[in-house]
Amino acid sequence: MNKSFRSVFLIFALYFLSIDQLYAARIGELVESNSWDQIKRFFTFSDRGLQLSLIGALLFGSVCGLTGSFIVVRRMALFGDAISHAVLPGVAIGFMWGMEKDPLAILVGATIAGLLGSVLVQAIVRTSRIKQDAALGIVLASFFAVGLCLIRMIQNHEGASKMSGLKTYLFGDVAVIDSSDIMTMSVIVVLTFVLFYFLYRPLLIVSFDRQFAYSLGIPVRLLDAVFQMFLVIAIVISLQAVGVVLVSAMLIIPAATAYLLADRMNKMIFLAIIIGVISAILGVFFSFLGSNLPTGPFMVISSSLLFAMAYLFSPKNGRITNWYRYLQLKSKVRKENTLKLIYHYLEKNAEAKEGVNIEVSELLRTSKGDTKGKLSSLRILEKSGSIELENKKLSLTNLGLEQASSIVRNHRLWELYLTNEANYAADHVHDDAEKVEHLLSEEKVKELELFLDHPTVDPHGKPIPGRGQV
Amino acid sequence: MAEIIDNSPALEIHDLIVSYQKKPVLYGVDIAIPEGSMVGVVGPNGAGKSTLIKTVMGLVPHSHGWVKIFGGDLKNSIKRIGYVPQRESVDWDFPVSVMDVVLMGCYGGLGLHRRPGKKEKDKASEALEKVGLEAYSKRQISNLSGGQQQRVFLARALAQESDLYLMDEPFAGVDAATEVAIVELLCQIRDQGKTLIVVHHDLATAREYFDMILLLNMRVVGFGKTENVFNAELLQKTYGGRLTALSEIADKLAREKI
Repeated sequence: MNKSFRSVFLIFALYFLSIDQLYAARIGELVESNSWDQIKRFFTFSDRGLQLSLIGALLFGSVCGLTGSFIVVRRMALFGDAISHAVLPGVAIGFMWGMEKDPLAILVGATIAGLLGSVLVQAIVRTSRIKQDAALGIVLASFFAVGLCLIRMIQNHEGASKMSGLKTYLFGDVAVIDSSDIMTMSVIVVLTFVLFYFLYRPLLIVSFDRQFAYSLGIPVRLLDAVFQMFLVIAIVISLQAVGVVLVSAMLIIPAATAYLLADRMNKMIFLAIIIGVISAILGVFFSFLGSNLPTGPFMVISSSLLFAMAYLFSPKNGRITNWYRYLQLKSKVRKENTLKLIYHYLEKNAEAKEGVNIEVSELLRTSKGDTKGKLSSLRILEKSGSIELENKKLSLTNLGLEQASSIVRNHRLWELYLTNEANYAADHVHDDAEKVEHLLSEEKVKELELFLDHPTVDPHGKPIPGRGQV
Repeated sequence: MAEIIDNSPALEIHDLIVSYQKKPVLYGVDIAIPEGSMVGVVGPNGAGKSTLIKTVMGLVPHSHGWVKIFGGDLKNSIKRIGYVPQRESVDWDFPVSVMDVVLMGCYGGLGLHRRPGKKEKDKASEALEKVGLEAYSKRQISNLSGGQQQRVFLARALAQESDLYLMDEPFAGVDAATEVAIVELLCQIRDQGKTLIVVHHDLATAREYFDMILLLNMRVVGFGKTENVFNAELLQKTYGGRLTALSEIADKLAREKI
């Protein structure tokens, strides 16, 4: 539902923009130059406008990461989205106050509108059957619509020239940030960080377990109100740079990325701040490179790319990381199964020891299926020094015998454990042991041996390979 | 018999009525729980067991009656209460470690902004040891089994060092061995003179676990020493369905807001 609301806004907003030419605010002086020169200009930081943009990006990127972390763990992402839209009428009214871009008036107006929106959502939920998602949709849409109308009225009244400052609030342009904005932003960012430093623990407790927080005597409602106020303020100071439509993404995406990477709240916040700042600065960079591209979308795209990277490559649970791990396990299993096959062959036909020659074709005949795969894993085993291959004959090396005995030992120990301790029937244990043998750690094996009192025979009467017999 | 000195009960509830979104859940609850007892709250689903606990905690507003804790009102005594909510009430993917959660229990003595120091960490480790989770202190909570999660909550309550413990189904989803260990722990706490009120689902074990039983089904069906209350007649009354007239009238009362 929220998505369809969103697309309606976008159409609305685009309609507004198409009425007169988009005012192309640019970071720094616009010089005819190629992108290489632009990159050079970016990294020399000599451009005054660019400096302001970067400081701005640093400020609001960090505050978005900080506040967003709590939004994400409290599952308030939709709420953040709704509030960010609800501030628009406040921006317009703040602008009307002096009919110029007065950062303080706009900040106050937007904060009031945002808080009013949040109070309304809660009131609707508490006093009617409407659930929170619908209430958010209602408030978000109506406030945003009022905001659009007000902006249009100002435009009609004052003419397009006055509009330049206001229009950036829709899609965001970091270039309009001037030094008085930076002053306001710095004060607010410092305040926010100090506040979160002091309220970190109670906020953490309320976010994790609200009922328990009550039982500790934490003033939960007051804390919620303070948090919401600072959420609104974080939104407002990011508004010029990112725009109403996308600002919630800067709250959610860097924090969600950090959530994938960290398993402690303090680490998550730290990462979210860094990712927020990097996304904001990348946005400035691309926008600078393209001379007059809007900054907001680029910031959001940058943060989405960072999110995608964490999603795919996160060391703990990334999709590609997991896939890679799976492939590794699979190749380990294939290798170990081939070693086991050799061991079984030797056990049956000769003695399980190193250096005994086996015809490869003989070996392959003993088991069904996938001859190609077995040949390739034989080659891999040869490379890793587990076997020697010569004239279509193979023999186990010392290392190979050790590896093979270890996997057979795992298998038979597990079978014994299942029959003795878990009361499995002896003819049911093989399949389970086929899987478990590859997963048992050295420690677990020792534990099993100790537990089963160093057994020598498995439930089927086959010897369990001992250690150091090689 | 020895005289009873100081005698405000640990928890006193007087003529309590609670309604949830106009539906009455508790009606005319009137009990006094003496200090140092371990009380099992027993009743069918929807009997208002959790609601009773939450009302005592002030998490759910009541429409009539009052609650006194150690003779005082909730505001003054809330720090003397330890709370173990239902396990499902929190998000176990939350980025905190086992230690972090247990340290939350020490918050009460710390005040708004102070970080937990060595003293608090020792207290938390001790609590973790008591529930047998000392080896897990650095783990993220999502890596725990259901029984372990329940024990983390218990350790957190222990770290609170409260005088009155309110526990909402601490045995839900816990394996038999863990249940025995938890009961032992609860008895130890009781033997230190503390009061425990435990919502419990299983009738079979309720009898052996608790000194006192509160049979609840919207209203108090029976309350007293286990041997006096735990009989077929009262259990039948507790589990024999709701009193339809009572719930209808109470419903109406709440709607009309008389």
